[in-house]
Amino acid sequence: MDLKDLYHEIIVDHNRRPRNFRRIEKATRVSEGYNPLCGDKLRLYVVEKDGVIEDVAFEGSGCAISMASASLLTERLKGKPAKEAEDLFGQMHSLLTGQGEEVDVEALGKLAALEGVKAYPSRVKCATLCWHTLHAALEGEEIATTE
Amino acid sequence: MSTAADKLGTQPLDVAAVREDFPILHQSVQGKPLAYLDNAATSQKPRQVIEAVDHYYRMDNANIHRGVHTLAERATQAYEAARERMTRFINAASEEEVIFLRGTTEAINLVAQSWARPRLEPGDEILITELDHHSNIVPWQLVCEQTGAKIRAVSVKENGELDLDSFEEAIARRPRLFAVGHVSNALGTINPIKHLVERAHAHGVPVLVDGAQATPHMAVDVQALGCDFYAFSGHKMFGPTGIGVLWARRELLTEMPPWQGGGEMIKMVRLDRSIWNDLPHKFEAGTPNIAGAIGLAAAADYIESLGIDAIGAWENELLRYATVALEAIPGVRIIGTSEKKSSVISFVVDNVHPHDLGTILDSDGVAIRAGHHCAMPLMEKLDLVATARASMAFYNTQEEIDALAGAIRKAQEVLG
Repeated sequence: MDLKDLYHEIIVDHNRRPRNFRRIEKATRVSEGYNPLCGDKLRLYVVEKDGVIEDVAFEGSGCAISMASASLLTERLKGKPAKEAEDLFGQMHSLLTGQGEEVDVEALGKLAALEGVKAYPSRVKCATLCWHTLHAALEGEEIATTE
Repeated sequence: MSTAADKLGTQPLDVAAVREDFPILHQSVQGKPLAYLDNAATSQKPRQVIEAVDHYYRMDNANIHRGVHTLAERATQAYEAARERMTRFINAASEEEVIFLRGTTEAINLVAQSWARPRLEPGDEILITELDHHSNIVPWQLVCEQTGAKIRAVSVKENGELDLDSFEEAIARRPRLFAVGHVSNALGTINPIKHLVERAHAHGVPVLVDGAQATPHMAVDVQALGCDFYAFSGHKMFGPTGIGVLWARRELLTEMPPWQGGGEMIKMVRLDRSIWNDLPHKFEAGTPNIAGAIGLAAAADYIESLGIDAIGAWENELLRYATVALEAIPGVRIIGTSEKKSSVISFVVDNVHPHDLGTILDSDGVAIRAGHHCAMPLMEKLDLVATARASMAFYNTQEEIDALAGAIRKAQEVLG
């Protein structure tokens, strides 16, 4: 395994300069994600209007993988239909765990940079935390954990 | 010229020779020589321990205390010899005081349920410390929920030492029990147990010591420490997993009801009542981990064959070397700088999360722990979510610490 597959340039960049790292005061949905194993925490803000995610941002602390995953998530979902977010949750879960439906990696764009995590089972939860949190937010739940 | 000390077996360790006893250390991980620096989580096993367990299963395996056949007698003899070995290892007054259990966690739970639970009343306090491992926190929370008692914790100072003023204040409230770790798994702090016990006893408070992180590194003499309960695990002291010891003063064990019922812990069973067996069997319901006890005794033999003072001296040298090596790296901060420390270094690296560090170090064959080390209250107190932790045993080398330092610099390059 090559460390560069895990710490892909895109991951390192998004860890150094996380996009949409801020609080949204008027979010329509807010959800918190915890990874009790390592203490990572993340708060995801979503502004949804007429079935479209108008804005999405996050705050929190965690490792490079969890920060980059959250940053990429926000970048990808802004302006997209909420329904697409649910689809993406399923696809990312498959990509990161290597289980479930076949994933069109190319269609994932920059998110494909997270594919290397699959080879590091102990780090999968770091990458999936924000996606579980997104799922919880869309379901109207306040808290998500990776346990 | 040989000195008296040499004759007592305090020659410096021959680390290269010692490493030959540990088969697992001679392997490559991710194409690099393994540097195993996660000994506070679990230690590696010398072939002497592996062979003792192997021999038991190959030659002597039988249930104990019941059979009349040769294997049963051999197994019983080996198991009770192991108890005698562990009695000497911690200088207990009697073999009756040495209970074999699954480990430190089970030992603390036994004391919580069998000793504390019948005694606690609403408003009573159990005193612990902010340094403690979850296994010396949660069993007390459970028993407090069951009885209405409360937990109070001695504060820890910024450098990882217990705040003795906070301790004096808390112990003067006369909690029903003071439960404290001998050595902090997260920071390496060695607590002044003898002093704490003296002060607790002055207020009539019994003391339980969680010795999981002490027995691999220093001589433990329960009578000299003066404590009332002492719990430790086999797997942290080069023995098997799933075996550990609760030592307690005989009068305490005599007063305590059995915790678990089953075979072996009884003298006589009728359907409406039973008579409990004598110590220590009263607390060993069911078939115990016989091979584990035998392996643990072999680990005690092994430690004493090297000499605990020689072990301590080499580990101190490793701690000093590692402290210097890590302090020399810009952006690295060591957490826990207690004056008395075991060979544990907890640290954080600017801009590199401990989890990333753990993964990147592993790619260089360096095994450390990253996380909260089952000491979440301590991490919260120190305002950290996690640290990286390198914990050394006597078989570690300065070259392995160089590998650790090199891998930290590599992590800084990747993520810094």
